[in-house]
Amino acid sequence: MSVKESKSIQQVLFSKRWWILTALILVIFTLWTAEFQEANTTAVLAGTLRHSTPLVLGAMCGLLCERSGVINIGIEGQMLMSAWGGFMIASTSGSLLLGVFAGIVIGMMMGAVLAGISVGLRGDQIIAGTVINIAAIGITSFFFSLGRTLPSGKTQVIKLGPLADIPVAGRVLFSNKPITFLTLLLIPTLWFLLFRTKWGLRTRAVGEHPSAAETVGVSVIGMRYFNVMMGGGVAGLAGAYLSLEAVGSFERGMTNGKGFVALAVMIFGRWNPVGAWGAALLFGYASAVQTQFQFRDWLTNDPQFIGIIPFVVTIVVLAGFVGRARPPASIGQPYSRE
Amino acid sequence: MSSNTLALEATGISKTFGNVIANDQINLEIKKGRIHALLGENGAGKSTLVNILFGLYKADSGTVRVDGKTVDLGRPKDAIDHGIGMVHQHFQLVPVLTVAENIVLGNEPSNKANVVDIESAKEKVRELAETYQLDVDTEAMVEDLPVGTQQRVEILRSLYRKADILILDEPTAVLTPQETDHLLQVLKKLATQGVAIIFITHKLREVLEVADEVTVMRNGQVVGSTTPAETDESGLAEMMVGRSVVLRVAKEEASPDKTVLKVNNLCVHDDRGILAVNDLSLEVRSGEIFGIAGVEGNGQRELVETITGLRNAHTGQILIGDSSITEFSPRQISELGVAHIPEDREKHGLIGAHSVADNLILNRYYKTPFSNNGIRQQKAIADYATEMVEKFDIRTPSIETPSSSLSGGNKQKAIAAREFSHDAKLLVASQPTRGIDVGSIEFVHQQLIQQRDQGLAVLLVSAELDEILSLSDRIGVIYRGSLIVTENSTDLDRNRIGRIMTTGSDST
Repeated sequence: MSVKESKSIQQVLFSKRWWILTALILVIFTLWTAEFQEANTTAVLAGTLRHSTPLVLGAMCGLLCERSGVINIGIEGQMLMSAWGGFMIASTSGSLLLGVFAGIVIGMMMGAVLAGISVGLRGDQIIAGTVINIAAIGITSFFFSLGRTLPSGKTQVIKLGPLADIPVAGRVLFSNKPITFLTLLLIPTLWFLLFRTKWGLRTRAVGEHPSAAETVGVSVIGMRYFNVMMGGGVAGLAGAYLSLEAVGSFERGMTNGKGFVALAVMIFGRWNPVGAWGAALLFGYASAVQTQFQFRDWLTNDPQFIGIIPFVVTIVVLAGFVGRARPPASIGQPYSRE
Repeated sequence: MSSNTLALEATGISKTFGNVIANDQINLEIKKGRIHALLGENGAGKSTLVNILFGLYKADSGTVRVDGKTVDLGRPKDAIDHGIGMVHQHFQLVPVLTVAENIVLGNEPSNKANVVDIESAKEKVRELAETYQLDVDTEAMVEDLPVGTQQRVEILRSLYRKADILILDEPTAVLTPQETDHLLQVLKKLATQGVAIIFITHKLREVLEVADEVTVMRNGQVVGSTTPAETDESGLAEMMVGRSVVLRVAKEEASPDKTVLKVNNLCVHDDRGILAVNDLSLEVRSGEIFGIAGVEGNGQRELVETITGLRNAHTGQILIGDSSITEFSPRQISELGVAHIPEDREKHGLIGAHSVADNLILNRYYKTPFSNNGIRQQKAIADYATEMVEKFDIRTPSIETPSSSLSGGNKQKAIAAREFSHDAKLLVASQPTRGIDVGSIEFVHQQLIQQRDQGLAVLLVSAELDEILSLSDRIGVIYRGSLIVTENSTDLDRNRIGRIMTTGSDST
């Protein structure tokens, strides 16, 4: 019996050399700029994390769904509904915690809608997602009321004791708001769940070959309902982040395409939470640089030009990587047993 | 080990799909430690029956008892819980997971927090593999494994679940002769350890070699039970077919004329880049049927695809008439007068969402009278389609019905109608009667003979040896991409062909 040796660290480093090289260049560039402009660098890096948070949450929603075989292009709508609902509850009750909780519950309900149409009724998954997006714009605009505020303000920064005093890294990593910290915890947690637990193994089996999973007694329909609802909850957290942590109020269409960029992040991250985080940081970095340019009044003759940076990154990434990434084999196909 | 206790008993199982009665009051008794062969032609209802036993289909009526207790098999999980395991015809393995992950899926060793203990999973799989001599690499991705090994993984998966009733649905259809022999040994060993085995096949040799008991099915009914000691190949075949052993179609002596298709030293790669057709040469003359006999997967598909222009030749030459066609597109080849009945009618024969009428003109929709300067001529198309539907007895509600809603036999008739009305010089027919009803089979066979008598050259590829024997004027036996023997059909008998196609050698 030949037993394959597991990959040595050298092999792993070699196979990922281009990623490591890119990361090194970015780190060196950042340190170099930090030499003479520490405030600037800190702002860009903090901005990177801030911009990446809703993207990686959206991407984790997407991969929860797609790993079990359901395409979710309704992330945008799920986020928007939760941003609105979370804000309304927080504004009425005065409790931010209740608002975040409401955002998650609303996200799960939107997930249930997607699962109901595409898993239960075996409808077209793309259409189901589009329905959610359109409905979310309509509902949130209709019930939108100007002048509402959060009595308690938005969520506050938590400093992790002495860690927060480290130059640059302290402000970027150890002094953040609660949902950002929660997201940083959620990424490795979801990775572990997906690749080390029974649930994860079954999820991946259902997404790749549903009838194989069914013949060993795994309920395909049940797994898909569960995962799509959990994904909705994660998208809901992203929505709550936008209205309760990032902005502190609700605005019409405030998701502004983040749900779609999250899909690109998911693909770029190869349906892996950690990969998605790396991809989200790249997109976040692009957005943060753009913000800094505007803030510093650089190139302000052409503000639109600066504004397209994140989207150019999206196009380049999708054009360059989508073809090579392999999605779960059964996505998009409704499942029936007979 | 008592060999007379019943492991499984099915009584009065019936199942209909639409108007088709797949199972009609089936009774079946499976004993512990015995290999029970379930024999029957395609469409006899064998697969339906075992899918019911494994909980994949729900029977309309009937009861199943396992170890004497009536059980409800609503889902595969119920069957697994009652110790029933199944090796599927189309493997139910997740290609991107490892062997160990596939085997433990659904019943994973884990700690209290539901974290999969993959090391203990690998260890258990290795133990099983050793016990039953089913060598596998537990860490290999299933998608990288050859078919025979994937089947081993499926068997191990059932054993991992401690199955004491093991169902194998046509397990040898995809195997090489050596793999088949090894599988039969494994089955015998499992039986001595008390496992009850239900073994589906339509290969008589295998039944006689390993089965303790045989149940024969035809048209959804059990037509008889026997044991290998009481019968022989011709006896089994007669039970299976329901009439005289070799179903010979009435035909005149062939009067072959000039060569239409000439294949010289052809080599072709399969999808994985492995040599599938290896230095193959053959010649088909007008007015004769050249049959290619062989176990599936010995290069037949690649040969047919290369002749019809769907696959590139690696080296060698194909001549149709005087044209060398290895660089031709499928349409150019079609225009030379090559008709093609493809192996997979759903995938390559018909456009399911298009109407019967459009499918009937699929090979010349762009020509007059069906097209005039690029505009479709609806009336000409409708008239032609109506005529064809009548002439070929295609049972369809209307010519506008999507072809996907026709039955298998009628789909095949529609393809035959299109290809036979093609003014063809050469017909390449691959598995022309697979999975269709007896009436349609006879119709297709008669058409093939009739077209031959009118001067068509026919290259017939079929996994059904009876079909090859009854239709062909000359037969080539293919093994691992090469024709081992090419002779007049009168000079070859069933046993000899069977021996060559399974061993690749003509010597006894």
